[in-house]
Amino acid sequence: MIKLENVTKVYQDGTKAVKDLSLEIEKGEFCIFLGPSGCGKTTSMKMINRLIPLTSGKIFVDGVDVMKLDPNELRRGIGYAIQNIGLFPHLTVMENIATVPMLQKWPKKKWRTRAAELLHLVGMDPGTFLDRYPSELSGGQQQRVGVARCLGADPPILLMDEPFGAIDPITRAKLQDEFLKIQSKIKKTIAFVTHDINEAIKMGDRIALLRQGELIQYSDPATLLNEPKNEFVRNFVGADRVLKGMRLYRARDVMQEPPLMFTEDENPSTVGEQMRQNMLNWAMLVDKKKRFLGWITYADLEKSASLREIMVEPAVTTSPETPLNEAISLMLNSAIGNLSVVDDEGHLLGVLTFEIIRNILSQESDDKKSDGGVKK
Amino acid sequence: MWVQAYEYLLRHPDKILEWTLQHLYIILVANACAVVIGILVGIYISGKGREQLADTVIYMASIMMTIPSLALYGILMGILGALTLPSIGFLPVVIALTLYGLLPIIRNTYTAIREVDPAIIEAGRGMGMSESQILFKLKLPLAVPVIMAGLRQAIVMNIGIAAIGSYIGAGGLGQPIFRGIANYRVDLILVGAVFVSLLAIIVDIIMARVERLTTPKGLKVRGKTND
Repeated sequence: MIKLENVTKVYQDGTKAVKDLSLEIEKGEFCIFLGPSGCGKTTSMKMINRLIPLTSGKIFVDGVDVMKLDPNELRRGIGYAIQNIGLFPHLTVMENIATVPMLQKWPKKKWRTRAAELLHLVGMDPGTFLDRYPSELSGGQQQRVGVARCLGADPPILLMDEPFGAIDPITRAKLQDEFLKIQSKIKKTIAFVTHDINEAIKMGDRIALLRQGELIQYSDPATLLNEPKNEFVRNFVGADRVLKGMRLYRARDVMQEPPLMFTEDENPSTVGEQMRQNMLNWAMLVDKKKRFLGWITYADLEKSASLREIMVEPAVTTSPETPLNEAISLMLNSAIGNLSVVDDEGHLLGVLTFEIIRNILSQESDDKKSDGGVKK
Repeated sequence: MWVQAYEYLLRHPDKILEWTLQHLYIILVANACAVVIGILVGIYISGKGREQLADTVIYMASIMMTIPSLALYGILMGILGALTLPSIGFLPVVIALTLYGLLPIIRNTYTAIREVDPAIIEAGRGMGMSESQILFKLKLPLAVPVIMAGLRQAIVMNIGIAAIGSYIGAGGLGQPIFRGIANYRVDLILVGAVFVSLLAIIVDIIMARVERLTTPKGLKVRGKTND
């Protein structure tokens, strides 16, 4: 459906934005152009409808060389949605959605029915919204209208440049889900630009990962995760996804029993002995009701004072419900590097250490390998 | 003297009406020219890669405004005379006022078009609008309120300047003023001054309404979001 052949883009200032890019997007396929900023993903997409002229190479849409078509005719046949939406503020929702039908000189009567149909498709009530102006809509509604507008004349191909980029994460997730549902009905051929690996994995049938204008890997999401072609792919896919996955855990899910826990009247020499045996340089101090008091470090034990005196007061503690990503940032702020998990009354429930985090991280990447295949 | 001015008013309402109409006529013709030329120039210099030209044009238009009107009339008389065109009266005044009116209109047209959200232009182009469709369906409608504000500024300013046009025989509300100066008739000066001001105020109010009426509805409504 869309075929890029050795496409190269060199800007006037000599920047090579896209280098010798070849790829094919099948009919009905949801293809993601993914990569860090400046990787050429948007440039690549915009060359398809000739918003950016290509320097060399060829692009075919439906087997036709796009350079042989009138650019405006070409664009009217391809849906286009962008991050900043670009709704026309002086036109109603109806007129916005009917932009391409109007350009293609559909009879006026059909504009309204088509716009109503599309509003319905993106989950907005036509009766309420057809005659509203963009400034009367919330951000999420504007994004929906943007999507409806790019479907205006029912084009077989959609180009979407971070169409869900400019909204809050919750609304974005909702719109992503809805759009996937819509796509399962309308089966468009889609080129979709994003820098968000999570969005790419969630939405795409195939992902083209670009870096500095070069196509690094072009494969389905599972393959991208399981068989990253090189270090760059592994880093791009791995680091981001695993860190974001931390949000799914809470402190209570992963905390451990304190390995060494003493009450304040314990003999310091016993404590030191235990630490040596366990090869630990820290222990936790609690009162008789098991309320957390502070940390004991091995170095301080030398001072031969009471435990209470050498104890390091905890700078921060956390509750069992804290998401792990937040807990990690607390740990980075704590002198000891460990984080105690306490309940509302201060009772010690467990401890988080960097070792625990490391274990989860390695588990995460193992899980990803095994479930990556069933992801789609 | 206020009493005398008032008496004059009562005695010669026909004259005052005549001067006012002359004045208005000059203003309307001049500003109609300024609008047409100003918008066309403004659109032209807002085109891609014409930033340099735009700076020059706007700079020149600003210089134009600093030329004292009396001097400009004089210069125009010379030029028109050389072209064997009427060098006094209506024509030089209309030309001068057109020139004065250009700056706010050119500048506002230029700024308004340049400041249309690039995302709007990109969306339009991406959906297959031609450059002229982008201009007429997107840029100009969005620029209208700002252009109208420029026009309003130009007209109100020109109402004052036009009074000096009477000096070179264009008629209008400058006439009682100049006559008053020549004959030590403060009442006449007052009549002229008050009516010039009144005219400016009334036209300003009318233009403010026109400005509101020509603003696309979608740019006026705000808020009312409901998710």
